[in-house]
Amino acid sequence: MSAPKTLYDKIVDEHRILSFDESGAAGERLLLYIDRTVLNEYTSPQAFSGLRAAGRTPWRPAASLGVVDHVNSTNPDRAAGELDPGARRQIEYLGENGRDFGIEIFDLFDPRQGIEHVVMPELGLVLPGMVIAAGDSHSTTYGAFGVVGFGIGTSDIEHLLATQTLVYRRLRTMRITIDGALAPGVTAKDMIMEVIRRIGADGAAGHAVEFAGSAIDALGVEARMTICNMAVECGARVALMAPDDKVIAYIAGCPRAPSPAMLAAARAEWWALRSDPGARFDREIALGAHDIPPMVSWGTSPDQSLAITGVVPNPEDIPAERRADAVRAMAYMDLAPQTRLQDIAIDRAFIGSCTNARLTDLRDAARILKGRKVAPGVRAMISPGSSEVRRAAEAEGIDRIFIEAGFEWRRSGCSLCLAMNDDSLAPGERCASSTNRNFEGRQGIGGRTHLMSPAMVAAAAVTGKLADVRTLAAEDRI
Amino acid sequence: MDGFLCVSGRVAAMPAANIDTDVIMPKAFLKGIDRSGLAAGLFHDLRFDESGAVRGGFILNRPDMAETRFLLVGPNFGCGSSREHAVWGMLQYGIRGIIGSSYGAIFADNAANNGLLLLSLPTAEVAAIMAELSDDAGEMTVDLEAQRIVTGRYDAGFDIDPANRRALMLGLDRIGETMAHAEEIRSFEKAYLDRKPWLMGGGDER
Repeated sequence: MSAPKTLYDKIVDEHRILSFDESGAAGERLLLYIDRTVLNEYTSPQAFSGLRAAGRTPWRPAASLGVVDHVNSTNPDRAAGELDPGARRQIEYLGENGRDFGIEIFDLFDPRQGIEHVVMPELGLVLPGMVIAAGDSHSTTYGAFGVVGFGIGTSDIEHLLATQTLVYRRLRTMRITIDGALAPGVTAKDMIMEVIRRIGADGAAGHAVEFAGSAIDALGVEARMTICNMAVECGARVALMAPDDKVIAYIAGCPRAPSPAMLAAARAEWWALRSDPGARFDREIALGAHDIPPMVSWGTSPDQSLAITGVVPNPEDIPAERRADAVRAMAYMDLAPQTRLQDIAIDRAFIGSCTNARLTDLRDAARILKGRKVAPGVRAMISPGSSEVRRAAEAEGIDRIFIEAGFEWRRSGCSLCLAMNDDSLAPGERCASSTNRNFEGRQGIGGRTHLMSPAMVAAAAVTGKLADVRTLAAEDRI
Repeated sequence: MDGFLCVSGRVAAMPAANIDTDVIMPKAFLKGIDRSGLAAGLFHDLRFDESGAVRGGFILNRPDMAETRFLLVGPNFGCGSSREHAVWGMLQYGIRGIIGSSYGAIFADNAANNGLLLLSLPTAEVAAIMAELSDDAGEMTVDLEAQRIVTGRYDAGFDIDPANRRALMLGLDRIGETMAHAEEIRSFEKAYLDRKPWLMGGGDER
């Protein structure tokens, strides 16, 4: 009987071609086989140029998919969307690389276009037990399927394309157990924001984090993706959840899922993808789901967040080593200590991003928006996570709810999450946002971001200030 | 890129925690298809205000910091986006090494792949060097062969991953090294995909 293993170590062991030091422990340097990657137009160009310069070709072109998502306009009229010359060239070059190297590309006009981390799972390309590395930090999303997913830079994209491998360091492991039932109005976004608040922006640095517990088991697959996606904001290099029947059912409904016979063949192996009883983690953290409130960020790091019922902290109450950063964040955010979060007026509201723009996210927001109007002076936008999500929402009539409330019903892309396109905040504008990063300038130079769940963005949009979604939900029940 | 053996030069302190790659290389500089022109983007929105005027208070804008070779940074430096442009910009600007207590993981990999030295020292040692520098334009020498870091009063050894150290010193062809294992990759791949036939659905059946 071998020693109990973590889910992370099981997947790494299955993909270890050779070890350079044979240690088998955290820090082991090994050559890791990579099942799939997804390429975008802004981090891949120099990788392809490197292949061209060295006369190399992709090892297994069918293991890659290219998607335009970061720089494109989300103008509802695709053909009219503004593209600066650099963005246009990046999109053209992705297409050129796809043609020259035999890699499938979803360009701007493809009906399957969308944000890479929404497109990959909805196609059925993310399967339990895989390792998926891609040139975007939010590749941790795939952990919701029991996949070791992680972000890489452009040099490693080139290495992966050329060899189907990466030279890899085995990570330390950490388990975050969340048990109990969520209170009404609380979502997966609030769960991960609370985790990040507690452990800090580097709290899981150097670790593969497995999320476990009854509160995780109770979540749908899309909500699980939200948690794994944003785990990178507390430094997790990998986020993982053991796959279950919800995951298998989700995959079975996807256009490129394995055949029913293949799914049946995989089932026992996928159910074995869980940490053995007694497996040792380098760190363990536990929290109760029922204690988690709806969260909003007040600062410029994802760990600077609080319950919506709270007030901007007093610098004196912040530990000395973090005080200077907090004071700087308050100045950038133009917030005084002790300001009630629910008194903070917003200029913009945005629902989108690989974190929170899947169909269930849109439904959550639409429930709040139904019969309400965006507050005067607030510009509200929704950019569905993919063109497929957009169509599915339209088929349910969700688009009408957003439009009647006063939201702009945009096309899909990364959009205002990082504002590489023409969707951006003006200096000083304040945005309630369903995205993942509240960094300085992230949504536009001088722009101020408050992170929260999609339903909380909807609540803020109709209130004109940061708002507690539970107050609006209670009104709906009266 | 020159191999990193022993480098001396000016060091600038940026003590804030969680300086992310959006701040290191803002989005306006991510629209290229090559690696050029990124020195201009490094810390752009800290170096220049919205009208393009120089922000005099930012450390790299000080006249005595014109030739900065090292950054002394706070924890979790380089967190956030995977953009390798942040590392390319550092090197093009002339930064050869970063000294701190912890780094964003993707940023650290990108640095290693490009010959940018990242040193991880215990928090107390980073604080000690920070305190020594205070407002002075400090000089630093990092000797990678001897594994020593020297400033005015601070002189100590450091630990570094041996594979990373070797690559920094020699500037290796990483893809070429892996391709030396092509046969092992091929035979692993065949056995692996035979064992898990469901993996050949999706992309591979086209």
